[in-house]
Amino acid sequence: MATLNSKIPAGPLAEKWTKYKAEMKLVNPANKTKLDIILVGTGLAGSAAASSLGELGYNVKVFCYQDTPRRAHSVAAQGGINAAKNYKNDGDSVYRLFYDMIKGGDYRSREANVYRAAEVSNATIDQLTAQGVPFAREYGGMLDNRSFGGVQVSRTFYSSGQTGQQCLLGAYSGLIRQVKKGTVRMFPRRDVLDLVIVDGKARGIIARNLVTGEIERHSAHIVILATGGYGTIYYLSTLAVNSNVSAAWSAYKKGAFFGNPSFIQIHPSSVPVLNDFQAKLTLMSESLRNDGRVWVPKQKGDKRKPNDIPEDQRDYYLERRYPSYGNLVPRDVGSRAAKERCDAGYGVGETGLAVNLDFKDAIAKQGRKAIEDKYGNLFEMYEKITGINPYKEPMRIYPAGHYTMGGLWVDYELMTTIPGLFAIGEANFSDHGANRLGASSLMQCAGDGYFIIPYTISNFMSGEIRTPGIKTDTPEFDEAEKSAREKIGKLLAVNGSKTVTSFHRRLGKIMWDLCGMTRNEAGLKQALTQIDILHQEFWKEVKVPGTSNELNQELEKAIRVADFFGIARLMVLDALNRNESCGAHFREESQTETGEAKRDDANYAYVSAWEFKGENQEPILHKEPLVFENVELKIRDYK
Amino acid sequence: MEIEKKEKMKIKLKIWRQGNSAAKGNFVDYTLENASPDMSFLEMLDALNAKLITEGGSPVAFEHDCREGICGSCGLYINGKPHGPAKKTTTCELRVRAFKEGDTVIIEPFRAKAFPVIKDLIVDRSAFDEIQRAGGFISVNSGSAPEANSIPISKENADEAFDVATCIGCGACVAACKNASAMLFVSAKISQLAILPQGKVEATQRVQAMVAKMDELGFGNCTNTYACEAECPKGIKVINIARMNREFFAAKVCTQKVS
Repeated sequence: MATLNSKIPAGPLAEKWTKYKAEMKLVNPANKTKLDIILVGTGLAGSAAASSLGELGYNVKVFCYQDTPRRAHSVAAQGGINAAKNYKNDGDSVYRLFYDMIKGGDYRSREANVYRAAEVSNATIDQLTAQGVPFAREYGGMLDNRSFGGVQVSRTFYSSGQTGQQCLLGAYSGLIRQVKKGTVRMFPRRDVLDLVIVDGKARGIIARNLVTGEIERHSAHIVILATGGYGTIYYLSTLAVNSNVSAAWSAYKKGAFFGNPSFIQIHPSSVPVLNDFQAKLTLMSESLRNDGRVWVPKQKGDKRKPNDIPEDQRDYYLERRYPSYGNLVPRDVGSRAAKERCDAGYGVGETGLAVNLDFKDAIAKQGRKAIEDKYGNLFEMYEKITGINPYKEPMRIYPAGHYTMGGLWVDYELMTTIPGLFAIGEANFSDHGANRLGASSLMQCAGDGYFIIPYTISNFMSGEIRTPGIKTDTPEFDEAEKSAREKIGKLLAVNGSKTVTSFHRRLGKIMWDLCGMTRNEAGLKQALTQIDILHQEFWKEVKVPGTSNELNQELEKAIRVADFFGIARLMVLDALNRNESCGAHFREESQTETGEAKRDDANYAYVSAWEFKGENQEPILHKEPLVFENVELKIRDYK
Repeated sequence: MEIEKKEKMKIKLKIWRQGNSAAKGNFVDYTLENASPDMSFLEMLDALNAKLITEGGSPVAFEHDCREGICGSCGLYINGKPHGPAKKTTTCELRVRAFKEGDTVIIEPFRAKAFPVIKDLIVDRSAFDEIQRAGGFISVNSGSAPEANSIPISKENADEAFDVATCIGCGACVAACKNASAMLFVSAKISQLAILPQGKVEATQRVQAMVAKMDELGFGNCTNTYACEAECPKGIKVINIARMNREFFAAKVCTQKVS
């Protein structure tokens, strides 16, 4: 059985990474050219890693399901990317960035990893700028910063509301440059169906060519997953609709432990659900809450138009409950407060599952022009979707699934419990604890890809310099390919009467209702039963048209949804186990008298790492205790 | 959750169906009785596909991912326009309310010699990757970048570079152009890197390599109809094509060998 060894270097926090780099084993340039790497996923983490590893001379094979790496969902990140440059002279430092992340994550992440993420953040900004990423500038030509997500310094670099797009395109240009040089080979339009383990090490993947349907074998000395999060577990989320957990899930089933699967961030402001066929929720940036006031009617089921409801009949519930932070409470708190009002019957809109975000007072005070300058593109986007003009009528918003802090458990080297299998970016569990702060996702992805993984594979790789290229005509590859083919055959053979999407939608509803913004024991147990029943129905009733030897988008969906059943169950088990409230994970049993989250450090200051034991067996929980040597654990209070 | 909607719309669809790149395609008519004005255009196609699947038919293949107008995956030719009738809007941002009850909507793939059809409404746009690979980058290895503020860039230039860098690589410019020219796409990348000081070192080779690759892949030339600018969902301007031509000319002059 694999055991948990986080491999955190000894020594003072600020010296750990330097010490690690000084002591790691190296692979000489000639040997690097003989070593193969498989990298799955081309978001910011994957693209940055591909270019960096290619530059070092490794042979990198890169896979993505999109037609080109530039479309991976990092492209949609809006607000910005953090770094501890302290350009504003406002007292920022690597330590302060580290501290904000540890506290923002509600003390459920590893000090050493978070410190390193903060430490490499500055080099990331240098790198992206040199690659031609047009970050916003001041008139003197220097880089501009803005404040974000409730922290007290301005450390967020941005490109309008499209920072993710610009960062990703920068990383993509680096990747494609290595494709030209021949160190990186691109395999777009591929889904990973399985991971191949040879003698206990990750040595390859089974992929499906999404155009021809061909099942392919690919081998390498190591495999790196940069496959993102599983927020689409809720069906409706802010993620790209094809985002999925399948590669990470196949790694879990082959022995990689899954860390904190229940930690999933629900973003408080997205455009609410508008129709039964809705496939996606669109985010409205957190920055809007700087000027918008959130309210619902004081009277239950009040169906009047918002502008017809007089001031004294409005409940500005965030300002009422959290007078010191008001509308600027962190994401987890804002989301739960909206849910509480809607569940109690005060929600607005046709569904009653929305709250108002009102700019009336801000427009009256600052003028329409000022508001347009700050949020023009968001207002336009909102009107395109809803047909409502937010300058004249409040926006309607509701929380939506957004980001998974949970992911594959990794050690300090970003290696999973399977030797030779690494996970970077959102796909791993490591840096954001139980809640992620705004603009720290791009930061972590770029840091992992550019400046961490190129170093941390070195210890493992140095042991592989005598291993010749891995052959694919071996029993391990035979077996993995056989099981992938069987799964596809089984899905096509069901030939039921219900669409794949209808199952995904129903699974999403179970998860949203019972393992979403708030959770309780009875609900979670009910969720387990409901997931199992739906899972059985899926294998009896799903209809997957077409064949496996062609471009078949329904088959792609079916393979992904089949894996979502697994992670859904694991999320619920993890949420059941953790009988405390921390960050985005809110157990109703663990709250203060005023309904705020109550952490239980005595019993739950650990990372839960789940081990797969077989299809019909319960997984085993391993605990990695979190040791805080540098920060004092405090209560997050926004009252 | 069931959402009650008073308004329902009947929409007639005429959709290009083609089994694979080698097959002969044709238009097929469909009718959707229960479209809702709030639906996105792609959700309308989802609804059609759900109906086709449950009736034992074959769903329409179309490309999509982020569904918020930024990844550039979607791209349908709707009633004779790439991304449909709305200005500065991608297909996924388009709403059914842009159409009227009883309208017939014609949906085709983006058509261009360099974008072969893969299936139904999906085309192969990997030619864009090839052009980018020819030189659409700055050669800076991870770790060798100078301190970010050591290269001051005027706000004006930074903003201009950003505006062209917002290209999502959807290919609407190519589909809109009667010559299937990729010059708006190529000039956006060339302009971004030509405006920024970081890109100047390799500017001469970049423009020549990217233009040569564009020609090699079968994209047409620009004859100044401005259709690309009119249809670009991100509002990229044709003035960038002029800048690319200037860069190209300057590069040719600079690199001409004197014998």
